[in-house]
Amino acid sequence: MISVRGVHKAYDGTPILERVSLDVKDGCFCTVVGASGCGKSTFLRLLLGQERPTRGTICVDDEPLPGEPSPERGIVFQRYSVFPNLTVKDNLLLAADLKSSRILGRAFGAKRRVAAQQADELLERTGLSAAQKRYPAQLSGGMQQRLAIAQALMNSPRVLLLDEPFGALDPGVRTDMHSLLLDIWHEHQMTVFMVTHDISEAFKLGTRLIVFDKVRADPDFPTAYGATITYDLDVARRHDADVTDVAARVAESMNKDKPHADAE
Amino acid sequence: MRLINQNVSRPAGLVLAVLPFVVVVAIYLVASHIRLEANPADKLLPSLDSMAEAFWRMAFVPDRRTGDLLLVKDTAASLTRLAYGMGVSAALALVLGVAIGIIPKVRALMASFVATVSLIPPITVLPILFIVFGLGEVSKVMLIVVGTAPVMIRSVAQAVSDLPEELIIKAQTLGASTWQLIVRVVVPQIMPKLMLAIRLGLVPAWIFLVSAEAIASTEGLGYRIFLVRRYLAMDVILPYVAWITLIAFVLDRAIYTASRVLFPWAHLNDESAS
Repeated sequence: MISVRGVHKAYDGTPILERVSLDVKDGCFCTVVGASGCGKSTFLRLLLGQERPTRGTICVDDEPLPGEPSPERGIVFQRYSVFPNLTVKDNLLLAADLKSSRILGRAFGAKRRVAAQQADELLERTGLSAAQKRYPAQLSGGMQQRLAIAQALMNSPRVLLLDEPFGALDPGVRTDMHSLLLDIWHEHQMTVFMVTHDISEAFKLGTRLIVFDKVRADPDFPTAYGATITYDLDVARRHDADVTDVAARVAESMNKDKPHADAE
Repeated sequence: MRLINQNVSRPAGLVLAVLPFVVVVAIYLVASHIRLEANPADKLLPSLDSMAEAFWRMAFVPDRRTGDLLLVKDTAASLTRLAYGMGVSAALALVLGVAIGIIPKVRALMASFVATVSLIPPITVLPILFIVFGLGEVSKVMLIVVGTAPVMIRSVAQAVSDLPEELIIKAQTLGASTWQLIVRVVVPQIMPKLMLAIRLGLVPAWIFLVSAEAIASTEGLGYRIFLVRRYLAMDVILPYVAWITLIAFVLDRAIYTASRVLFPWAHLNDESAS
């Protein structure tokens, strides 16, 4: 269980997030949407521990979050998620390497064989077996993101954070990635937070949908207030008609002061 | 068609690349011929023959006084100094550059200091080095280090801080400690940049090497050039300059090739020449 209590986040006095409170049960697939600049990526960075809230607390099972990234929470970014100097297979073995030797950061012998077997299974699973000796720069965007997801899974994190992971992919590739991600989520029973600017993707994947938006606005001073959670929907339990209605309202709120909604 | 869109075919490119060399050599030969015709004893623009003869003498005929092959001895002495100097600089660049680039406390402590030191004109500390370390090998190696290390440290530190934040975060979520992050993520990724820093550092390194040898030495390529200058021995100086240029070129290519072989992932998008 992840509980976010009264979280505020400001950069140099400019509020980004305010009054964010949320409880997320284990195994939930949370999709996070909002207009660009509404702090949804900031929220993810707070969950990751990359940044700390200005006020408020974030607890996992009543334990406060450590102030830095840790192996319990895996991350996949939109870009730069895999190590360019390692082959596909070595990218997957890195987690095991780091675990087994504190000085060299490399696994040998039996430990390496166990990790290699796990890596092979994941390669098979993500369709990267044939590419295992290639470097990331030699992969397509979709393959790189599959590798990034597989790499995050090597550590069996309890929480997987995804920051617009499919934002740079073609629509067809995206659909494949959706089913892969859902399968993996079912198998590993982990909590997923996924930031996206694609509302249909958010409804399709999430069991819970969270929308960030600014509720207070000062037209003379647009940065006076931060964003907060404006919708928190249990997508799984809603009727289709309901969902469509909410989707339209959410889409409207995302586009209201943004003439170039597709410019991203 | 615009000049910027007129591409050059491979054979034509080769001809164009060779052209400036041919022109310079041709101008030299004509000028040399004119001067030698007027005065066969002219030393300023020696003929190719006399330069080849002088080079042969330096390379293959033992010196009458010492019995050494002077070119071999000079080259060995200079390359040894260069290797020590660049070795120390590269080690400093790796250790300090990585620490400054990735550890905020080291950056706060050292970044301004290194930036300031890199502004000291290295030649001005040469007298200090001679006073402190004497006229031996150490002061010459130190001059190369003083002249190249600060800039190399800064470029490595820059390369480290240019690494995408995402990769540093990702490594931490995979369980990397600071040390593991350095040995498995940071150092492997900046090694090609270190190789590049060495290649770029070799250019000033030669300047400082030759300067130090010119002032206080008994052997070395720079020493020889400045020694024979007293006799206007252009027939020795010109081949030596060409020889130094050749060594510098081979070193640069060798390091680049080593980088390509050792770090193929960093050169996937390289043009064939760089």
